[in-house]
Amino acid sequence: NKSHFICCSQFFAEKERLLRANDRSYNLSFHYAKNAIKTSKYNVFTFLPLNLFEQFTRLANAYFLFLLVLQLIPQISSVPWFTTAVPLLAVLAITAVKDANDDINRHKCDKQVNNRLVNVLVDGHLKKEKWMNVQVGDIVKLESNHFVTADLLLLSSSEPLNLVYVETAELDGETNLKVKQALTVTGEMGDNIEALSTFRGEVRCEPPNNRLDKFKGNLTINGQTYGLDNDKVLLRGCTLRNTEWCFGLVIFGGPDTKLMQNSGKSTFKRTSVDHLMNVLVLCIFGILATLCAIMTIGHSLWEDKEGSVFTVFLPRVPDVDVPLSSFYSFWSYVIVLNTLVPISLYVSVEMIRLGNSFYIDWDRKMYYPKNDTPAQARTTTLNEELGQIKYIFSDKTGTLTQNIMTFNKCSINGKNYGRNMCFMLLSLQKTQRVDFSWNQLADPNFIFHDYSLLETVKEGNPEARAFFRLLALCHTVMPEEKKEGELNYQAQSPDEGALVTAARNFGFVFRSRTPETITIMEMGRKVTCELLAVLDFNNVRKRMSVIVRSPEGKMTLYCKGADTIIYERLHPSCKKLMDVTTGHLNEYAGDGLRTLVLAYKDLEESYMDGWRQRHHEASTAMEGQEEMLNELYEEIEKDMTLLGATAVEDKLQDGVPQTIEQLAKADIKIWVLTGDKQETAENIGYSCNMLREEMKDVFIVAANTAFALEKDLELELLRTACMCQTVICCRVTPLQKAQVVQLVKKYKQAVTLAIGDGANDVSMIKAAHIGVGISGQEGMQAVLSSDFSFAQFRYLQRLLLVHGRWSYLRMCKFLRYFFYKNFTYTLVHFWYAFFCGFSAQTVYDDWFITLYNTVYTATPVLALGLFDQDVNDRWSFQYPQLYSPGQLNMYFSKKAFVRCMMHSCYSSLILFFIPWAAMHDTVRDDGKDIADYQSFALLAQTCLLVLVSAQVCLDTYYWTALNQLFVWGSLAVYFAVTFTMYSNGMFFIFTSVFPLIGAARNSLSQPNMWLTIFLTSLLCVLPVLTINHHVFKTDIQINLKNANTRRSGYAFSHSQGYGVLVTSKRFLRLKSRSALFTKTDTALVENQPQYYRTITEEPEKSQG
Amino acid sequence: MGRAKDKSGPLARRPDNSAFKQQRLPAWSPMLTANTVLPFFYLMALICMLLGVWLLLTVQSTREVKLDYTEHGACERCFQMRKNVSFAGEPCTCEVNFSIGKQFKGDVFFYYGLKNFHQNLRRYMDSRDDGQTVGRKNKLKNPSGYCEPFARDSNGVPIAPCGAVANSMFNDTFTLTYHQSSRSIPVPLLRTGLTWYTDKNIKYRNPAVDNLTLAQAFEGTVRPLYWQKAVYELDPDDPNNNGFINDDLIIWMREAAFPNFKKLYGILNRNDNVKFAKGLPSGNYTINITYNFPVQPFRGRKEVVLTTLTWFGGQNHFLPVAYLVTSSLLFLTAVVLTVVWWKFGKKGKNMQLTFQ
Repeated sequence: NKSHFICCSQFFAEKERLLRANDRSYNLSFHYAKNAIKTSKYNVFTFLPLNLFEQFTRLANAYFLFLLVLQLIPQISSVPWFTTAVPLLAVLAITAVKDANDDINRHKCDKQVNNRLVNVLVDGHLKKEKWMNVQVGDIVKLESNHFVTADLLLLSSSEPLNLVYVETAELDGETNLKVKQALTVTGEMGDNIEALSTFRGEVRCEPPNNRLDKFKGNLTINGQTYGLDNDKVLLRGCTLRNTEWCFGLVIFGGPDTKLMQNSGKSTFKRTSVDHLMNVLVLCIFGILATLCAIMTIGHSLWEDKEGSVFTVFLPRVPDVDVPLSSFYSFWSYVIVLNTLVPISLYVSVEMIRLGNSFYIDWDRKMYYPKNDTPAQARTTTLNEELGQIKYIFSDKTGTLTQNIMTFNKCSINGKNYGRNMCFMLLSLQKTQRVDFSWNQLADPNFIFHDYSLLETVKEGNPEARAFFRLLALCHTVMPEEKKEGELNYQAQSPDEGALVTAARNFGFVFRSRTPETITIMEMGRKVTCELLAVLDFNNVRKRMSVIVRSPEGKMTLYCKGADTIIYERLHPSCKKLMDVTTGHLNEYAGDGLRTLVLAYKDLEESYMDGWRQRHHEASTAMEGQEEMLNELYEEIEKDMTLLGATAVEDKLQDGVPQTIEQLAKADIKIWVLTGDKQETAENIGYSCNMLREEMKDVFIVAANTAFALEKDLELELLRTACMCQTVICCRVTPLQKAQVVQLVKKYKQAVTLAIGDGANDVSMIKAAHIGVGISGQEGMQAVLSSDFSFAQFRYLQRLLLVHGRWSYLRMCKFLRYFFYKNFTYTLVHFWYAFFCGFSAQTVYDDWFITLYNTVYTATPVLALGLFDQDVNDRWSFQYPQLYSPGQLNMYFSKKAFVRCMMHSCYSSLILFFIPWAAMHDTVRDDGKDIADYQSFALLAQTCLLVLVSAQVCLDTYYWTALNQLFVWGSLAVYFAVTFTMYSNGMFFIFTSVFPLIGAARNSLSQPNMWLTIFLTSLLCVLPVLTINHHVFKTDIQINLKNANTRRSGYAFSHSQGYGVLVTSKRFLRLKSRSALFTKTDTALVENQPQYYRTITEEPEKSQG
Repeated sequence: MGRAKDKSGPLARRPDNSAFKQQRLPAWSPMLTANTVLPFFYLMALICMLLGVWLLLTVQSTREVKLDYTEHGACERCFQMRKNVSFAGEPCTCEVNFSIGKQFKGDVFFYYGLKNFHQNLRRYMDSRDDGQTVGRKNKLKNPSGYCEPFARDSNGVPIAPCGAVANSMFNDTFTLTYHQSSRSIPVPLLRTGLTWYTDKNIKYRNPAVDNLTLAQAFEGTVRPLYWQKAVYELDPDDPNNNGFINDDLIIWMREAAFPNFKKLYGILNRNDNVKFAKGLPSGNYTINITYNFPVQPFRGRKEVVLTTLTWFGGQNHFLPVAYLVTSSLLFLTAVVLTVVWWKFGKKGKNMQLTFQ
């Protein structure tokens, strides 16, 4: 919905942006958007019409409006207009107030942002200007900690080499500093105002778009053209850090900035319950039409036989014959029976989902104290789907593991360093840590357990030195040295940080970097290398290289990357070393370590000159830039010499094996999708309890999954994968992750959840029904695109087994009850039609119709949807099998809906015919009237309300004080409102609106009224009690039964948890379970008195 | 939520540990187990049975006589006569005889009943003006559009009371005579005090009379088309029972919910004659009927009902029987459930896992 914020000048499609610095009149000729932003939707005058229009585009409101229009037609109107108008107005008003409030906040926010001040260069002077007055082509001056005004081309900065540091938290959520650098040619201007104000550079660049990581364009100064890329652009939303000042040229302003272009809403996810609900609503429309058609036929027959002879007392309306009046009666009955379509349902569903989302935000047990991160429900419309998950797709790094990397082992020139893992674990205390105290710049937290490596380095082994030199040079880490000798690294990925830290401790200290140089301390000697090119990492290349010139003038390409990739590009002479290193790599991978292979290549001066020339051309090209660069990279990264390999350990997060086991017991299939090597992935699988030795059908998709994802093979892949207990896909790219998710979504019709932490998981998170982001080490991108986020993988079990299960249960109960209550309420009208000549006479008082859904029955059902728990959270953990009803759609389905309708039919029959039989021939105890319409209406509606209140009580498992308050409160409100509306005063003031004066006083004082109410309620509740008691908590029982048959698969886990106990017979004989669970909860919970539902076990049959 | 978070420090964002937010609100989880449901069923069965028996005894103590006089005996002639609209103005009276074997003790209520008369049609029910009948002066001369086509007569003079409901008012009259040996004693009937207090005093009021007579107050209006008397002349005996506050009118205007209904016509005046101080003695009675209301066109029936009442109302057997049936249903279900429970559920298979 951002599209309409883009200013009208954007009607023509901008193909290319042209602008000239300091030339407002030239730039204005293009009508580029100014820097003012407008995120608000309305102003004072447009609010009402626009907001109303927007609200009426919703189906529910449009339906209300349609009914209202019908009711204004006198021939049709069977019910006064206010019965629809009041609820409609209520809904509209609530939404409008909410929208208005949101919009006022947006206005305030816009105003605040637009009125921020910034120094703009105008006519050779710096002048403070409001942000909104900044235009494309202006030169602005930013200072430290300022927000970036617009998308700027960096011209010059206070820092050496025209560097600036920015934080992009507002843009992509990442808090590490990023560096940007201006072109040298513009950087020379520095803060020379004169030079800047005479600067007439022309920029030609791409039109506004939302890609944050790409920028293409060039700058022409005095006929010279320079290429521009993302490194030279400061985006709006960033904050300037550690930089005294900088100058920038505005390229995109206001709505054209990448920040604003990105702020569109992502695709809207809908839950399966939503889909079902839509289908059911359509069905209900069908039912409504059918009922109305029956009424129409009835009406025409009645009019023909009875109405025609009753014309003496009630003459026909002139010009209305039987067919026409039947036609009218169809629409009249549409009005009377409209409550079949539960329109207020949508509002209530939203409220319940919102409430259940808050519970997730509030949950202390999903709060991670170490980095002060509570769980967060970022989408509030998907809660119940959390209770229906069938497949989980998990990333490995940072999701299952902590993503805190430690440099553990390495292989240098065919020699293995670093202690064996098992040995290390056993002798952790005895093994001495390598002492790095000789190195003043060493990181004190670094631990390594092999002295021989240090000795090798100290001896001056050239390969070892080259190895660590590579690690110190080939990376994108930013150093921070606040005090002399106190180095701090800011790494984009923890792997890099670990490797650079390792090099640092072994005497190759990465000290500082400029765009053109890297300074390292090589065994205490300061060496500054010239950085000629960075061949950056990406997911396709899977490697990164730097080309440096050492002080001696030797040019070298250093490369690190995934083993397969590097091996393809090695010089054939390395064959032997490759074999040895492969052995080491396999060993590392077997230990679950992450490996990288290092290689280098010496370069010829002459070749390099040509290459650099071509590189420069390629990087300034406007079109095909990427392909050209890739070709160049490909060309130079070959025939390299192998140096060795590194192994970095990534520890498992706490509780991962237990969580996976729990989820497996809940019959959720977990697929791990990782970019790691097969061995690494397998090893993680074992340590996570996903793989166990006795398992036979394990499916590990290795090799190139892309091959299997092709059309003809994808079904085969899916079939094989689904037969297996565990699926691990390794070596997958982010795109393939999403493809796998989509494959399962498409063919399995199952609810999927993807969980990940890094930017490479974003596509998968977006593709799955539910995306969960782990807010961990790798920035915030995954979290920003996720629906739910928390800090630790283990919280997933609480999210699904507790919150998801409850949300699903609550939503289903709510829906069942809601349909029941509206059907019962409406069908009574249907039965009455047979007694009132199908004349569309309602049973209830108009005011009751108005207030039934909005006041009398609104709160108890909300309480049901917000507070109900069938079993408490600990039980959900004890019996993960309780999760499966959600997966099987057991609580709410078409079948449940039909059952619910049949129940409603029964109830409405009782509700109509018992009062009818009891009242039609009866009088009061003083002989006066009680069989009149008004008394009957009162009786019927009281019966109905008592019944639906009783029913909500029966449906509630977990009666909190609030539930009680709402139920009794609603009844009290009903009686209070009824007596008020039937009072003398109201009649005098609004004579025609409240004609039921005295009905409540005169009939509710009669004992036979109350006897009828009691009998009706009893008869309606009776079958519910019988069935509920007899089938006796079907859901739980079925689950435990299922668990029995499934047991063989899961029961014998290696972990010494309570899992085995739960599923064994022994457990059921335990009288007191306290010893088992005392540690699962805090002491506070223990003190909380709670009551538990009985859980029954089926007769024990063959148990595994 | 609304509370400003003034926390700071390492745990600043930690959620509150309130029972509400952690979903640990103290609650009662009622369990529908055999132990709770079965006693409930038995108890309810017992209660229903007791209620049923009590109600049945109560209802049995009432006495009732129902007479369909539509074409009964002498009324056959009037019935035929009312078929033809052209004789509508001609009076027709007939007599219906009946006897009661056992004395009607206490208050005796006289009802007229109609069958197949749909007072509950939507257009019929809407065709009235509460503003007019509550005595609003402006409404009196300017009846609501809902009253159409009974809002004004052919000359455009407003009708009071307007609308189809008032227009179709039941206008048979009855006098009851008791025959003791050869003597005929008129049975005194109270013709007022038949309506709800709220109707008589609040919902229906005559237009402000001040110093005028009622007839003058209604000047400028005409009587409904089918009426033989103006609204201020409905009760010739009691001047205070005329206009909109006439009991018969009020009773008629309280529309019945179903097509078969009865409405109160009079109550035996036990203070007037010692003979009837204890109710209606057994013996022969005659009802003299002024037969005005045509039921033939809509295939309706007319009847009179004489009944005594209890605290429970008139002679309606439905509730007592329904209670007895419910009671036996409950009992049967309970027995079946008990058997099932005894056979399959009880023997230790219901593991009750209770927390300490």
